Amino acid sequence: MLLGPVLGLSAILFSIGVAGVLLRRNVIIVFMCVELMLNAVNLTFVAFSQLYGASGYIMVFFVMTVAAAEAAVGLAIILAIFRHKLSVDLQNINLLRG
Amino acid sequence: MTTLFYVFAALAVGSAALCILQRSPVSAALWLVSTMFSLAVIFVLLDAQFIAAIQVLVYAGAVMVLFLFVIMLLNLGHASSDMRGPSALAAAVVIVGLLSIELVTLWRYTPARLAQEISQAPAGLTDPSAIFMGGQIAQEEAAARGIVGGIAVPLFQQYLVPFEITSILLLAAIVGAVVLAKRKV
Amino acid sequence: MNFSHAVWLAVAFPLAGFLVNGALALWRPRAKGLVSAVGTGVLLGAFVVSVGVFLDLSRNPSAAPIIVKLWPWIPVDRLQVDMAFQVDQLSTVMLLIVTGVGGLIHLFSVGYMQEDPGYARYFSYLNLFVVFMLVLVLGASFPVMFIGWEGVGLCSYLLIGFWYNDKVNADAGKKAFIMNRIGDFGFLVAMFYIWRTFGNLDFVYVTGHAPEMLQAGGAVVTAITLFLFLGCTGKSAQIPLYTWLPDAMAGPTPVSALIHAATMVTAGVYLVARTNVLFALAPLSSLVVAGIGALTALFAATIGLRQYDIKKVLAYSTISQLGYMFLAVGTGAYVSGIFHLATHAFFKALLFLGAGSVIDTMHHAYHATHSHDDAQDMRNMGGLRQYMPWTFALMSIGTLAIAGIPPFAGFFSKDEILAAAFARGSDTPIYYLFYGMGVVTALLTAFYMARLMAMTFLGINRTGEKGRSHLHEAPWIMTGPLVVLGALSGVGGALNLPHLVGGHAALERWLEPVMAPAMRLGHLVMPEGSTEYLLVGTAVAVGVLGLYLGVRATLGRPIVPAKEAPPDVGFARVLNHKYYVDELYDALIVRPFAWLSREVLWKGVDQGLLDGAAVNGTAWALRIAGGGLRLLQTGQVGIYVVLFLAGALWILRAVIR
Repeated sequence: MLLGPVLGLSAILFSIGVAGVLLRRNVIIVFMCVELMLNAVNLTFVAFSQLYGASGYIMVFFVMTVAAAEAAVGLAIILAIFRHKLSVDLQNINLLRG
Repeated sequence: MTTLFYVFAALAVGSAALCILQRSPVSAALWLVSTMFSLAVIFVLLDAQFIAAIQVLVYAGAVMVLFLFVIMLLNLGHASSDMRGPSALAAAVVIVGLLSIELVTLWRYTPARLAQEISQAPAGLTDPSAIFMGGQIAQEEAAARGIVGGIAVPLFQQYLVPFEITSILLLAAIVGAVVLAKRKV
Repeated sequence: MNFSHAVWLAVAFPLAGFLVNGALALWRPRAKGLVSAVGTGVLLGAFVVSVGVFLDLSRNPSAAPIIVKLWPWIPVDRLQVDMAFQVDQLSTVMLLIVTGVGGLIHLFSVGYMQEDPGYARYFSYLNLFVVFMLVLVLGASFPVMFIGWEGVGLCSYLLIGFWYNDKVNADAGKKAFIMNRIGDFGFLVAMFYIWRTFGNLDFVYVTGHAPEMLQAGGAVVTAITLFLFLGCTGKSAQIPLYTWLPDAMAGPTPVSALIHAATMVTAGVYLVARTNVLFALAPLSSLVVAGIGALTALFAATIGLRQYDIKKVLAYSTISQLGYMFLAVGTGAYVSGIFHLATHAFFKALLFLGAGSVIDTMHHAYHATHSHDDAQDMRNMGGLRQYMPWTFALMSIGTLAIAGIPPFAGFFSKDEILAAAFARGSDTPIYYLFYGMGVVTALLTAFYMARLMAMTFLGINRTGEKGRSHLHEAPWIMTGPLVVLGALSGVGGALNLPHLVGGHAALERWLEPVMAPAMRLGHLVMPEGSTEYLLVGTAVAVGVLGLYLGVRATLGRPIVPAKEAPPDVGFARVLNHKYYVDELYDALIVRPFAWLSREVLWKGVDQGLLDGAAVNGTAWALRIAGGGLRLLQTGQVGIYVVLFLAGALWILRAVIR
């Protein structure tokens, strides 16, 4: 059926998300690309769920919940960093330097 | 239906590409919203209407709105150059290249191939619905209890514990976000 | 349950003495009266127990050995070694000698060590020595005996180096201990061999099963016995491990009497007698034992001819007499060896304690005159007969005994040994050579003992005008034990009077059950009739001749006091310097070893390899590695993301395949 093309689409979206994470300097945009990757994965789960039953949908449900929680906390962290550094440039955030 | 899928797939890919290439964070956020809408349509095409609904409600409606709030709160302007240097570009090319190659191999997996590899069924059978009983049962459930019921019953029966734990996770996330974002008075 | 089961009391008494005296040494070192009472009292108690055990056993003389098991010591799978004592005819003889002679020496020490600040420490060590010696002779298996074996080595070290503030004494103690350890290696290897062959280390088992489990004259039994004998050469100061004993004279004289004359050094002879059947099964080893015994006897006697320190003469005399004992047990005359062990304990202890009295008097004389002359050098003595008549008389008895003059004890035991060597010569001719060496040694023994007595007691006194007035007889507490030992040296021959003079060979019959396994394998045919008379006559003649020549040669020309005496020349010099054996060992063994330890093992292995490469090297490597890994921690989130994705990619690759 549609499984092959759907999986292909998911793969392409995931790759685009990876490229975005690697290439962008703005932390918030990097975060958005991570969300994009999560979406791609959700698509895969839904595609397989047609064959394997409801557990795929349940997985998507949980992924969305966790993504939401993660987005909230992550943005709170970004806010906290911004207050100190006044910048959201990824290359300036290097306090963990060894 | 297949053409509809390809149209929205192209839309999704295009939106995603534009998302990562935008200079302004607000534009990027909006293009991501577009991607999510396309995905929601594809979900509907895949017979996952409930998922499509919550994709729009939660993801596009809550998470992306939160993103937009934060972007506007930070009041960022346009950065001059927002891409990382050539070394990062090289690394990105390599990694994405490898990733694509690996993921492309997934294209080969049609349900028939999948079924054959998993259950070692004879090559003659090509109808997935005959092999994957899980999907069959899910469809019957959905027909019996409605689409939402088809998801809700496993959620509250088999997957009750993860469900409860997820609610605790959300609580933790709320507390964490509030504490982290609070201004120190 | 008979009295023999209380034999552990004989060990417990001195052990209690050690603990009490040790405690006193730490907290009440000046309580000399208490120390004396405890120190000698426990020996008396041990002697009483020994007599009791002896009497108990003598009610049934041919009984099997009584094993008194105290507790299971090593219960490990097939190796079952118990802490057990074996009460049989041989161990009772040794028990009586150790506690009896030991007790007399303890009594002597009360007088001799009276002014020493380490009085309590001395008695605690001495008691501890008796504990270990008794464990050695009473042990029912090789490991238990080995405890005693090692323990007496330890006490020997402690007591030789008793006055440890002087480096010479400490070095002598170390030398004794280290040379003993070389011998102990032999003992251990023999034990391993025995375990491997028999699966059991008890004496009763090994001696009982030896004839059937070992091939007579085979490589295994020869190896076992040779390694055992290596242990004996260390403990009993035979060639090549004898050089520690003359140096051991650095310790107090009663220590020399007890440890290095009467008891510890005889442990080797005891071992051979105990494992008699093994040696009987290995004629080659017996030959080696006898040969080394005879050679050592002759060798040491020659060195004794030219020593000026009274204790050194007696030390070499001990080595020489031990050689006789090994000649005896090597010939197969195990009873004769034990007999000579007993008589030697009597007269050698007598001689050493007498020498101790002499040294004590000389010390007092020199102390009073603030002189720094050597109190032990015989060239400073002379004519002491008029000042110390009792000591002279008693030491004369000892001299006659060691020279083998009848009817004193030494005559009977030495004569038996020579006769046995001669008898064995009829089937193994080389024993005639050993007999000859024994006869020459007897001559030399009489000679150097006469020389000792002449230089010390006869002639004119060379102590000096001022010192002479302080020379006096030893106090009764010291002379008393000498009297007892003198009596024993006199009548000790009665222990094993031969049939020739109408005796009943009491010791031989008493020890028969112990020696039976060896006797079954081969009986020594002793010479009878005219041959026997000839041998006896030769021995006596040689002894008398030696004594006469010794006195004549010594008093023939004037003796110069030590500090004015010219050094020896020629062969006399070689003898005085003990054939330079110590120097030889030093050059051949000690120096290369010390070089090896210092250059290779210390600088090379310890400092270079272990400290440098292993310890510091590991730290250096870790630091470098850490430094390298540190570069990964750039703090840049971007880099982290790249690494993260690379890792994820890797996992994905593994999964998809």
